[in-house]
Amino acid sequence: MTVKNGIKKEVHLCHEHAIDAGIDLPEHQPISKLLAQVTVSHAKSRSRSEQRRCPECGFSFAEFRKSGTLGCPECFNTLEKPLTTLIERAQNGATHHTGKTPKRAGVSLDRQLIIQKLVKDLDCAVSAEQYERAATIRDQIHTLEIITPPDDRN
Amino acid sequence: MELNYHGPWTESDAPHSDVIMSCRARVARNIAGFPFVNKASERQLQEILNISRQVLLGGGISEGMFWIDLPQATARDRHLLVERHLISKHHAASNLRRGVAISGDEALSIMVNEEDHLRMQILAPGLRLSHVHRLIDEVDDAVEKSVDYAFSPRWGYLTACPTNVGTGIRFSVMMHLPALKITNEIDRVRRAAKDLHLAVRGYYGEGSESAGDFYQISNQITLGRTEDELRMELEEAILPRIIDYELKARKILIERSCSLLDDRTHRALGILRSARLLGTEEAMKLLSRVRLGVHLERLKNVDLEKVNRLFLQIQPAHLKLHIGREMDSDELRAARADIVRQTMNQG
Repeated sequence: MTVKNGIKKEVHLCHEHAIDAGIDLPEHQPISKLLAQVTVSHAKSRSRSEQRRCPECGFSFAEFRKSGTLGCPECFNTLEKPLTTLIERAQNGATHHTGKTPKRAGVSLDRQLIIQKLVKDLDCAVSAEQYERAATIRDQIHTLEIITPPDDRN
Repeated sequence: MELNYHGPWTESDAPHSDVIMSCRARVARNIAGFPFVNKASERQLQEILNISRQVLLGGGISEGMFWIDLPQATARDRHLLVERHLISKHHAASNLRRGVAISGDEALSIMVNEEDHLRMQILAPGLRLSHVHRLIDEVDDAVEKSVDYAFSPRWGYLTACPTNVGTGIRFSVMMHLPALKITNEIDRVRRAAKDLHLAVRGYYGEGSESAGDFYQISNQITLGRTEDELRMELEEAILPRIIDYELKARKILIERSCSLLDDRTHRALGILRSARLLGTEEAMKLLSRVRLGVHLERLKNVDLEKVNRLFLQIQPAHLKLHIGREMDSDELRAARADIVRQTMNQG
Protein backbone atom coordinates (compact mmCIF):
# COMPACT_ATOMS: atom_id res chain seq x y z
CA MET A 1 0.00 0.00 0.00
CA THR A 2 1.36 3.48 -0.88
CA VAL A 3 0.10 6.98 -0.08
CA LYS A 4 0.94 9.71 -2.61
CA ASN A 5 -0.43 13.29 -2.46
CA GLY A 6 -2.96 12.10 0.12
CA ILE A 7 -4.26 9.34 -2.17
CA LYS A 8 -4.11 5.77 -0.88
CA LYS A 9 -3.18 3.14 -3.47
CA GLU A 10 -3.49 -0.56 -2.67
CA VAL A 11 -2.10 -3.22 -5.06
CA HIS A 12 -2.44 -7.00 -4.64
CA LEU A 13 0.45 -8.97 -6.15
CA CYS A 14 1.49 -12.57 -6.14
CA HIS A 15 4.88 -13.50 -4.63
CA GLU A 16 6.61 -13.66 -8.06
CA HIS A 17 5.25 -10.32 -9.37
CA ALA A 18 6.05 -8.63 -6.08
CA ILE A 19 9.72 -9.66 -6.52
CA ASP A 20 9.59 -8.40 -10.15
CA ALA A 21 8.18 -5.08 -8.89
CA GLY A 22 11.18 -4.81 -6.54
CA ILE A 23 9.12 -5.10 -3.33
CA ASP A 24 11.18 -6.41 -0.42
CA LEU A 25 9.53 -9.51 1.04
CA PRO A 26 10.50 -11.66 4.02
CA GLU A 27 11.74 -15.07 2.98
CA HIS A 28 8.77 -17.20 2.04
CA GLN A 29 8.11 -20.32 4.13
CA PRO A 30 5.70 -23.11 3.33
CA ILE A 31 2.79 -23.35 5.79
CA SER A 32 3.76 -26.86 6.87
CA LYS A 33 7.18 -25.57 7.95
CA LEU A 34 5.59 -22.73 9.92
CA LEU A 35 3.19 -25.10 11.63
CA ALA A 36 6.01 -27.51 12.43
CA GLN A 37 7.91 -24.68 14.11
CA VAL A 38 4.87 -23.73 16.17
CA THR A 39 4.27 -27.35 17.17
CA VAL A 40 7.92 -27.94 18.06
CA SER A 41 8.09 -24.74 20.12
CA HIS A 42 4.77 -25.64 21.84
CA ALA A 43 5.94 -29.19 22.51
CA LYS A 44 9.26 -27.90 23.85
CA SER A 45 7.56 -25.55 26.28
CA ARG A 46 5.04 -28.26 27.22
CA SER A 47 7.81 -30.75 27.76
CA ARG A 48 9.70 -28.21 29.92
CA SER A 49 6.68 -27.49 32.10
CA GLU A 50 5.79 -31.20 32.24
CA GLN A 51 9.26 -32.17 33.41
CA ARG A 52 9.44 -29.48 36.09
CA ARG A 53 9.44 -31.10 39.52
CA CYS A 54 7.82 -29.90 42.72
CA PRO A 55 10.62 -29.00 45.17
CA GLU A 56 8.49 -30.26 48.06
CA CYS A 57 7.49 -33.75 46.87
CA GLY A 58 9.35 -34.27 43.57
CA PHE A 59 6.13 -34.70 41.56
CA SER A 60 6.03 -33.62 37.87
CA PHE A 61 3.11 -32.71 35.62
CA ALA A 62 3.93 -35.78 33.49
CA GLU A 63 3.36 -37.96 36.58
CA PHE A 64 0.14 -36.10 37.30
CA ARG A 65 -1.05 -36.94 33.77
CA LYS A 66 -0.61 -40.64 34.58
CA SER A 67 -2.16 -40.69 38.06
CA GLY A 68 -4.69 -37.84 37.88
CA THR A 69 -3.72 -36.66 41.35
CA LEU A 70 -1.03 -34.28 42.60
CA GLY A 71 1.74 -35.00 45.10
CA CYS A 72 1.29 -32.22 47.67
CA PRO A 73 -0.27 -28.76 48.18
CA GLU A 74 2.96 -27.09 46.94
CA CYS A 75 2.41 -28.71 43.48
CA PHE A 76 -0.27 -26.04 42.92
CA ASN A 77 2.51 -23.39 42.93
CA THR A 78 5.16 -25.38 41.07
CA LEU A 79 2.84 -26.60 38.33
CA GLU A 80 0.65 -23.51 38.31
CA LYS A 81 0.86 -22.86 34.57
CA PRO A 82 -0.26 -26.23 33.20
CA LEU A 83 -2.70 -26.67 36.11
CA THR A 84 -4.38 -23.32 35.47
CA THR A 85 -5.33 -24.39 31.94
CA LEU A 86 -6.62 -27.73 33.16
CA ILE A 87 -8.59 -26.31 36.10
CA GLU A 88 -10.08 -23.54 33.96
CA ARG A 89 -11.32 -26.13 31.49
CA ALA A 90 -12.77 -28.37 34.23
CA GLN A 91 -14.33 -25.48 36.15
CA ASN A 92 -16.14 -23.76 33.29
CA GLY A 93 -13.57 -20.95 33.07
CA ALA A 94 -13.28 -20.22 36.81
CA THR A 95 -9.78 -19.41 38.05
CA HIS A 96 -10.31 -18.13 41.61
CA HIS A 97 -11.90 -19.39 44.80
CA THR A 98 -14.85 -17.35 46.08
CA GLY A 99 -16.27 -19.73 48.68
CA LYS A 100 -15.62 -20.55 52.30
CA THR A 101 -12.30 -19.67 53.91
CA PRO A 102 -10.92 -21.56 56.90
CA LYS A 103 -11.31 -19.32 59.92
CA ARG A 104 -7.68 -19.65 60.97
CA ALA A 105 -6.39 -19.26 57.42
CA GLY A 106 -8.62 -16.20 57.17
CA VAL A 107 -7.03 -14.67 60.25
CA SER A 108 -3.58 -15.53 58.96
CA LEU A 109 -4.31 -14.17 55.48
CA ASP A 110 -5.86 -10.97 56.84
CA ARG A 111 -2.80 -10.50 59.04
CA GLN A 112 -0.48 -11.01 56.09
CA LEU A 113 -2.38 -8.41 54.07
CA ILE A 114 -2.27 -5.90 56.95
CA ILE A 115 1.46 -6.44 57.41
CA GLN A 116 2.05 -6.08 53.66
CA LYS A 117 0.17 -2.75 53.71
CA LEU A 118 2.03 -1.54 56.79
CA VAL A 119 5.39 -2.38 55.18
CA LYS A 120 4.43 -0.25 52.16
CA ASP A 121 3.30 2.58 54.47
CA LEU A 122 6.61 2.34 56.31
CA ASP A 123 8.52 2.75 53.01
CA CYS A 124 6.43 5.81 52.13
CA ALA A 125 6.91 7.34 55.59
CA VAL A 126 10.68 6.86 55.44
CA SER A 127 10.85 8.30 51.89
CA ALA A 128 8.84 11.31 53.08
CA GLU A 129 11.18 11.63 56.10
CA GLN A 130 8.18 11.21 58.47
CA TYR A 131 10.27 9.43 61.08
CA GLU A 132 7.79 9.61 63.94
CA ARG A 133 5.08 8.03 61.78
CA ALA A 134 7.59 5.45 60.53
CA ALA A 135 8.41 4.48 64.13
CA THR A 136 4.72 3.99 64.94
CA ILE A 137 4.19 1.83 61.84
CA ARG A 138 7.29 -0.22 62.67
CA ASP A 139 5.90 -0.84 66.17
CA GLN A 140 2.56 -1.92 64.70
CA ILE A 141 4.26 -4.44 62.39
CA HIS A 142 6.33 -5.74 65.28
CA THR A 143 3.24 -6.16 67.49
CA LEU A 144 1.31 -8.01 64.76
CA GLU A 145 4.16 -10.44 64.12
CA ILE A 146 4.80 -11.11 67.81
CA ILE A 147 1.19 -11.40 69.00
CA THR A 148 0.05 -13.69 66.22
CA PRO A 149 3.03 -15.57 64.84
CA PRO A 150 2.27 -17.43 61.59
CA ASP A 151 2.35 -20.86 63.23
CA ASP A 152 0.06 -19.89 66.08
CA ARG A 153 -2.59 -22.61 66.36
CA ASN A 154 -5.12 -20.63 68.35
CA MET B 1 -18.64 -53.50 63.72
CA GLU B 2 -21.53 -51.49 65.12
CA LEU B 3 -23.79 -51.32 62.06
CA ASN B 4 -27.08 -53.15 62.24
CA TYR B 5 -28.82 -54.94 59.39
CA HIS B 6 -31.72 -52.53 59.00
CA GLY B 7 -29.86 -49.34 58.19
CA PRO B 8 -30.85 -45.71 58.61
CA TRP B 9 -32.30 -42.99 56.36
CA THR B 10 -35.14 -44.70 54.58
CA GLU B 11 -37.99 -42.47 55.76
CA SER B 12 -40.84 -42.54 53.27
CA ASP B 13 -42.17 -39.11 54.29
CA ALA B 14 -38.99 -37.07 53.63
CA PRO B 15 -39.36 -34.11 51.20
CA HIS B 16 -39.71 -35.25 47.57
CA SER B 17 -39.01 -38.84 48.61
CA ASP B 18 -41.22 -40.05 45.74
CA VAL B 19 -38.36 -39.11 43.39
CA ILE B 20 -35.38 -38.41 45.64
CA MET B 21 -34.27 -41.28 47.87
CA SER B 22 -31.47 -39.43 49.65
CA CYS B 23 -29.18 -36.42 49.44
CA ARG B 24 -25.60 -35.80 50.48
CA ALA B 25 -23.07 -33.00 51.00
CA ARG B 26 -19.41 -34.00 50.92
CA VAL B 27 -16.30 -31.91 51.46
CA ALA B 28 -12.73 -32.86 50.56
CA ARG B 29 -10.02 -31.55 52.88
CA ASN B 30 -6.28 -32.13 53.31
CA ILE B 31 -4.16 -31.48 56.38
CA ALA B 32 -1.49 -28.79 55.81
CA GLY B 33 2.13 -29.91 56.02
CA PHE B 34 1.57 -33.42 54.62
CA PRO B 35 1.84 -34.72 51.05
CA PHE B 36 -1.42 -35.90 49.45
CA VAL B 37 -2.36 -39.53 50.08
CA ASN B 38 -0.85 -41.01 46.89
CA LYS B 39 2.56 -39.49 47.65
CA ALA B 40 2.59 -39.92 51.45
CA SER B 41 4.87 -42.51 53.07
CA GLU B 42 3.49 -45.26 55.32
CA ARG B 43 4.68 -43.30 58.33
CA GLN B 44 2.96 -40.11 57.12
CA LEU B 45 -0.28 -41.97 56.38
CA GLN B 46 -0.19 -43.41 59.89
CA GLU B 47 0.40 -39.94 61.32
CA ILE B 48 -2.58 -38.55 59.37
CA LEU B 49 -4.70 -41.43 60.71
CA ASN B 50 -3.56 -40.78 64.29
CA ILE B 51 -4.28 -37.04 64.10
CA SER B 52 -7.65 -37.56 62.40
CA ARG B 53 -8.77 -40.30 64.76
CA GLN B 54 -7.90 -38.20 67.79
CA VAL B 55 -9.75 -35.16 66.42
CA LEU B 56 -12.80 -37.04 65.11
CA LEU B 57 -13.35 -39.16 68.21
CA GLY B 58 -12.26 -36.51 70.68
CA GLY B 59 -15.76 -35.05 71.07
CA GLY B 60 -17.46 -32.02 69.59
CA ILE B 61 -17.86 -33.46 66.08
CA SER B 62 -21.05 -35.54 66.35
CA GLU B 63 -22.89 -37.84 68.79
CA GLY B 64 -21.63 -41.39 69.26
CA MET B 65 -18.73 -41.25 66.79
CA PHE B 66 -17.04 -44.60 66.26
CA TRP B 67 -14.01 -45.64 64.23
CA ILE B 68 -13.43 -48.51 61.82
CA ASP B 69 -9.86 -49.34 60.90
CA LEU B 70 -10.34 -50.64 57.36
CA PRO B 71 -7.26 -52.89 56.99
CA GLN B 72 -8.49 -54.70 60.15
CA ALA B 73 -12.10 -54.98 58.92
CA THR B 74 -13.33 -58.11 57.11
CA ALA B 75 -14.13 -57.94 53.38
CA ARG B 76 -17.83 -58.35 54.27
CA ASP B 77 -17.78 -55.37 56.63
CA ARG B 78 -15.99 -53.20 54.07
CA HIS B 79 -18.65 -54.12 51.48
CA LEU B 80 -21.36 -53.43 54.05
CA LEU B 81 -20.03 -49.88 54.41
CA VAL B 82 -20.06 -49.43 50.62
CA GLU B 83 -23.63 -50.75 50.39
CA ARG B 84 -24.55 -48.29 53.13
CA HIS B 85 -22.90 -45.45 51.14
CA LEU B 86 -20.63 -44.71 54.13
CA ILE B 87 -17.39 -45.33 52.21
CA SER B 88 -16.53 -45.39 48.50
CA LYS B 89 -15.67 -48.54 46.54
CA HIS B 90 -12.19 -47.08 46.13
CA HIS B 91 -11.78 -46.71 49.90
CA ALA B 92 -12.94 -50.30 50.48
CA ALA B 93 -10.54 -51.73 47.90
CA SER B 94 -7.45 -49.62 48.67
CA ASN B 95 -4.50 -51.28 50.41
CA LEU B 96 -3.31 -48.14 52.23
CA ARG B 97 -3.52 -47.35 55.95
CA ARG B 98 -7.00 -45.91 56.14
CA GLY B 99 -10.16 -45.73 58.20
CA VAL B 100 -13.59 -44.21 58.59
CA ALA B 101 -15.26 -42.36 61.45
CA ILE B 102 -19.04 -42.71 61.59
CA SER B 103 -21.63 -40.96 63.77
CA GLY B 104 -24.03 -42.99 65.88
CA ASP B 105 -26.97 -42.23 63.57
CA GLU B 106 -24.81 -42.94 60.46
CA ALA B 107 -25.69 -39.54 59.01
CA LEU B 108 -22.04 -38.45 59.15
CA SER B 109 -19.10 -40.43 57.83
CA ILE B 110 -15.52 -39.25 57.44
CA MET B 111 -13.17 -41.29 55.27
CA VAL B 112 -9.53 -40.85 56.24
CA ASN B 113 -6.82 -41.40 53.60
CA GLU B 114 -9.14 -41.91 50.67
CA GLU B 115 -8.07 -39.74 47.68
CA ASP B 116 -7.82 -36.80 50.10
CA HIS B 117 -6.84 -36.96 53.77
CA LEU B 118 -10.44 -36.25 54.83
CA ARG B 119 -13.62 -36.80 52.90
CA MET B 120 -16.52 -35.82 55.14
CA GLN B 121 -20.15 -36.41 54.21
CA ILE B 122 -23.63 -35.97 55.63
CA LEU B 123 -26.44 -38.14 54.27
CA ALA B 124 -30.16 -37.51 54.73
CA PRO B 125 -33.36 -38.97 53.29
CA GLY B 126 -35.25 -37.01 50.61
CA LEU B 127 -34.26 -33.61 49.28
CA ARG B 128 -32.79 -31.63 52.19
CA LEU B 129 -29.66 -30.09 50.74
CA SER B 130 -29.76 -26.99 52.97
CA HIS B 131 -29.91 -29.28 56.00
CA VAL B 132 -26.98 -31.50 54.95
CA HIS B 133 -25.00 -28.41 53.92
CA ARG B 134 -25.48 -26.77 57.31
CA LEU B 135 -24.47 -29.95 59.13
CA ILE B 136 -21.35 -30.61 57.07
CA ASP B 137 -20.35 -26.96 57.47
CA GLU B 138 -20.56 -27.35 61.26
CA VAL B 139 -18.49 -30.55 61.14
CA ASP B 140 -15.93 -28.83 58.91
CA ASP B 141 -15.65 -25.90 61.37
CA ALA B 142 -15.32 -28.27 64.32
CA VAL B 143 -12.51 -30.25 62.65
CA GLU B 144 -10.76 -27.04 61.61
CA LYS B 145 -10.48 -26.00 65.26
CA SER B 146 -7.90 -28.75 65.66
CA VAL B 147 -6.19 -29.14 62.28
CA ASP B 148 -4.83 -26.72 59.68
CA TYR B 149 -6.25 -27.35 56.23
CA ALA B 150 -4.19 -27.05 53.04
CA PHE B 151 -5.64 -23.85 51.59
CA SER B 152 -4.63 -21.18 49.08
CA PRO B 153 -6.36 -17.81 48.67
CA ARG B 154 -6.47 -18.32 44.92
CA TRP B 155 -7.39 -22.00 44.61
CA GLY B 156 -9.30 -22.45 47.89
CA TYR B 157 -9.14 -25.86 49.60
CA LEU B 158 -6.32 -27.79 47.96
CA THR B 159 -7.28 -31.29 46.86
CA ALA B 160 -5.28 -34.19 45.44
CA CYS B 161 -7.29 -34.07 42.22
CA PRO B 162 -7.06 -30.47 41.00
CA THR B 163 -10.56 -30.59 39.52
CA ASN B 164 -11.99 -30.65 43.09
CA VAL B 165 -10.27 -27.45 44.25
CA GLY B 166 -12.08 -24.37 45.49
CA THR B 167 -14.91 -25.25 47.81
CA GLY B 168 -14.07 -28.97 47.59
CA ILE B 169 -17.80 -29.51 48.06
CA ARG B 170 -20.06 -31.87 46.23
CA PHE B 171 -23.82 -31.95 46.66
CA SER B 172 -25.50 -35.05 45.35
CA VAL B 173 -28.92 -36.62 45.24
CA MET B 174 -29.97 -40.22 44.64
CA MET B 175 -32.88 -39.91 42.23
CA HIS B 176 -35.36 -42.65 41.45
CA LEU B 177 -36.38 -42.11 37.82
CA PRO B 178 -38.28 -45.22 36.69
CA ALA B 179 -40.82 -43.42 34.49
CA LEU B 180 -38.11 -41.56 32.57
CA LYS B 181 -36.41 -44.93 32.05
CA ILE B 182 -39.62 -46.65 30.84
CA THR B 183 -40.42 -43.77 28.47
CA ASN B 184 -36.81 -43.70 27.17
CA GLU B 185 -36.38 -40.07 28.24
CA ILE B 186 -33.48 -40.75 30.58
CA ASP B 187 -30.81 -40.03 27.95
CA ARG B 188 -32.23 -36.52 27.53
CA VAL B 189 -31.77 -35.96 31.26
CA ARG B 190 -28.19 -37.25 31.00
CA ARG B 191 -27.41 -34.88 28.10
CA ALA B 192 -29.04 -31.89 29.83
CA ALA B 193 -27.15 -32.67 33.04
CA LYS B 194 -23.86 -32.82 31.15
CA ASP B 195 -24.55 -29.40 29.61
CA LEU B 196 -25.20 -28.04 33.12
CA HIS B 197 -21.84 -29.43 34.35
CA LEU B 198 -23.49 -32.09 36.48
CA ALA B 199 -22.26 -35.64 36.86
CA VAL B 200 -24.75 -38.50 36.49
CA ARG B 201 -23.59 -41.72 38.11
CA GLY B 202 -25.02 -45.07 39.14
CA TYR B 203 -26.21 -46.42 42.47
CA TYR B 204 -22.74 -46.71 43.99
CA GLY B 205 -21.23 -43.53 42.54
CA GLU B 206 -18.27 -43.34 40.21
CA GLY B 207 -18.12 -46.14 37.63
CA SER B 208 -21.27 -47.92 38.85
CA GLU B 209 -24.43 -48.85 36.97
CA SER B 210 -27.85 -47.29 37.42
CA ALA B 211 -29.31 -50.33 39.20
CA GLY B 212 -33.00 -50.10 40.10
CA ASP B 213 -33.43 -46.91 38.01
CA PHE B 214 -31.43 -44.92 40.58
CA TYR B 215 -29.21 -42.10 39.34
CA GLN B 216 -26.81 -40.09 41.46
CA ILE B 217 -26.64 -36.49 40.27
CA SER B 218 -24.00 -34.08 41.58
CA ASN B 219 -22.26 -30.79 40.82
CA GLN B 220 -18.90 -30.96 39.04
CA ILE B 221 -18.07 -27.27 39.40
CA THR B 222 -16.35 -26.56 42.72
CA LEU B 223 -14.41 -23.36 41.94
CA GLY B 224 -15.46 -19.76 41.35
CA ARG B 225 -18.83 -20.16 43.09
CA THR B 226 -19.75 -20.10 46.75
CA GLU B 227 -21.09 -23.21 48.47
CA ASP B 228 -24.51 -21.55 48.76
CA GLU B 229 -24.57 -20.70 45.05
CA LEU B 230 -23.70 -24.28 44.10
CA ARG B 231 -26.34 -25.71 46.44
CA MET B 232 -29.07 -23.26 45.46
CA GLU B 233 -28.54 -23.82 41.76
CA LEU B 234 -28.99 -27.55 42.23
CA GLU B 235 -31.79 -27.36 44.81
CA GLU B 236 -33.81 -24.51 43.40
CA ALA B 237 -33.12 -24.43 39.67
CA ILE B 238 -32.09 -27.87 38.43
CA LEU B 239 -33.62 -30.56 40.65
CA PRO B 240 -37.20 -29.20 40.59
CA ARG B 241 -37.08 -29.50 36.80
CA ILE B 242 -35.89 -33.11 36.85
CA ILE B 243 -38.45 -33.98 39.55
CA ASP B 244 -41.15 -32.33 37.45
CA TYR B 245 -39.96 -34.19 34.34
CA GLU B 246 -40.17 -37.56 36.14
CA LEU B 247 -43.60 -36.78 37.63
CA LYS B 248 -44.92 -35.74 34.21
CA ALA B 249 -43.57 -38.97 32.72
CA ARG B 250 -45.39 -40.90 35.50
CA LYS B 251 -48.61 -39.04 34.68
CA ILE B 252 -48.22 -39.79 30.99
CA LEU B 253 -47.74 -43.48 31.82
CA ILE B 254 -51.04 -43.51 33.72
CA GLU B 255 -52.89 -41.59 31.02
CA ARG B 256 -51.53 -43.36 27.95
CA SER B 257 -50.17 -46.72 29.05
CA CYS B 258 -52.14 -47.62 32.12
CA SER B 259 -52.37 -51.34 31.29
CA LEU B 260 -48.63 -51.53 30.62
CA LEU B 261 -47.91 -49.74 33.89
CA ASP B 262 -50.28 -51.95 35.88
CA ASP B 263 -48.89 -55.06 34.27
CA ARG B 264 -45.29 -54.12 35.06
CA THR B 265 -45.93 -53.09 38.65
CA HIS B 266 -48.26 -56.01 39.54
CA ARG B 267 -46.03 -58.52 37.76
CA ALA B 268 -43.03 -57.17 39.72
CA LEU B 269 -44.93 -57.51 43.00
CA GLY B 270 -46.03 -61.03 42.05
CA ILE B 271 -42.47 -62.15 41.34
CA LEU B 272 -41.13 -60.59 44.54
CA ARG B 273 -43.86 -62.33 46.55
CA SER B 274 -43.19 -65.76 45.08
CA ALA B 275 -39.66 -66.08 43.65
CA ARG B 276 -37.33 -68.62 45.19
CA LEU B 277 -34.11 -67.29 43.65
CA LEU B 278 -33.29 -63.61 43.04
CA GLY B 279 -30.15 -61.84 41.77
CA THR B 280 -29.32 -58.36 43.11
CA GLU B 281 -29.97 -56.59 39.81
CA GLU B 282 -33.25 -58.38 39.16
CA ALA B 283 -34.46 -57.69 42.70
CA MET B 284 -33.58 -53.99 42.42
CA LYS B 285 -35.36 -53.69 39.08
CA LEU B 286 -38.51 -55.32 40.48
CA LEU B 287 -38.41 -53.29 43.70
CA SER B 288 -38.04 -50.14 41.57
CA ARG B 289 -41.26 -51.01 39.71
CA VAL B 290 -43.10 -51.76 42.96
CA ARG B 291 -41.88 -48.45 44.40
CA LEU B 292 -43.26 -46.68 41.31
CA GLY B 293 -46.57 -48.55 41.60
CA VAL B 294 -46.96 -47.59 45.28
CA HIS B 295 -46.20 -43.91 44.60
CA LEU B 296 -48.74 -43.85 41.77
CA GLU B 297 -51.26 -45.64 43.99
CA ARG B 298 -51.54 -48.47 41.47
CA LEU B 299 -50.41 -50.94 44.15
CA LYS B 300 -52.27 -50.96 47.44
CA ASN B 301 -51.33 -52.41 50.82
CA VAL B 302 -47.60 -52.30 50.23
CA ASP B 303 -45.49 -50.67 52.96
CA LEU B 304 -43.23 -48.18 51.17
CA GLU B 305 -40.76 -47.98 54.02
CA LYS B 306 -40.23 -51.75 53.84
CA VAL B 307 -39.68 -51.51 50.08
CA ASN B 308 -37.13 -48.72 50.61
CA ARG B 309 -35.31 -50.79 53.24
CA LEU B 310 -35.22 -53.82 50.97
CA PHE B 311 -33.04 -51.95 48.44
CA LEU B 312 -30.36 -52.07 51.14
CA GLN B 313 -31.18 -55.40 52.76
CA ILE B 314 -30.92 -57.41 49.52
CA GLN B 315 -27.30 -56.34 48.93
CA PRO B 316 -24.78 -59.22 49.33
CA ALA B 317 -22.92 -58.00 52.45
CA HIS B 318 -26.20 -57.13 54.19
CA LEU B 319 -27.57 -60.62 53.46
CA LYS B 320 -24.38 -62.21 54.82
CA LEU B 321 -24.70 -60.12 57.98
CA HIS B 322 -28.36 -61.12 58.34
CA ILE B 323 -27.74 -64.85 57.82
CA GLY B 324 -24.55 -64.69 59.86
CA ARG B 325 -22.16 -66.54 57.54
CA GLU B 326 -20.35 -66.40 54.19
CA MET B 327 -22.43 -67.60 51.23
CA ASP B 328 -21.79 -68.46 47.58
CA SER B 329 -23.81 -66.75 44.83
CA ASP B 330 -26.53 -69.47 44.68
CA GLU B 331 -27.05 -69.32 48.45
CA LEU B 332 -27.20 -65.53 48.24
CA ARG B 333 -29.87 -65.67 45.52
CA ALA B 334 -31.95 -68.04 47.68
CA ALA B 335 -31.47 -65.96 50.85
CA ARG B 336 -32.39 -62.78 48.93
CA ALA B 337 -35.58 -64.33 47.58
CA ASP B 338 -36.48 -65.59 51.06
CA ILE B 339 -36.15 -62.20 52.75
CA VAL B 340 -37.97 -60.39 49.93
CA ARG B 341 -40.78 -62.96 49.90
CA GLN B 342 -41.24 -62.78 53.64
CA THR B 343 -41.22 -58.96 53.69
CA MET B 344 -43.49 -58.46 50.69
CA ASN B 345 -46.04 -60.99 51.90
CA GLN B 346 -46.32 -59.15 55.20
CA GLY B 347 -47.89 -56.25 53.26
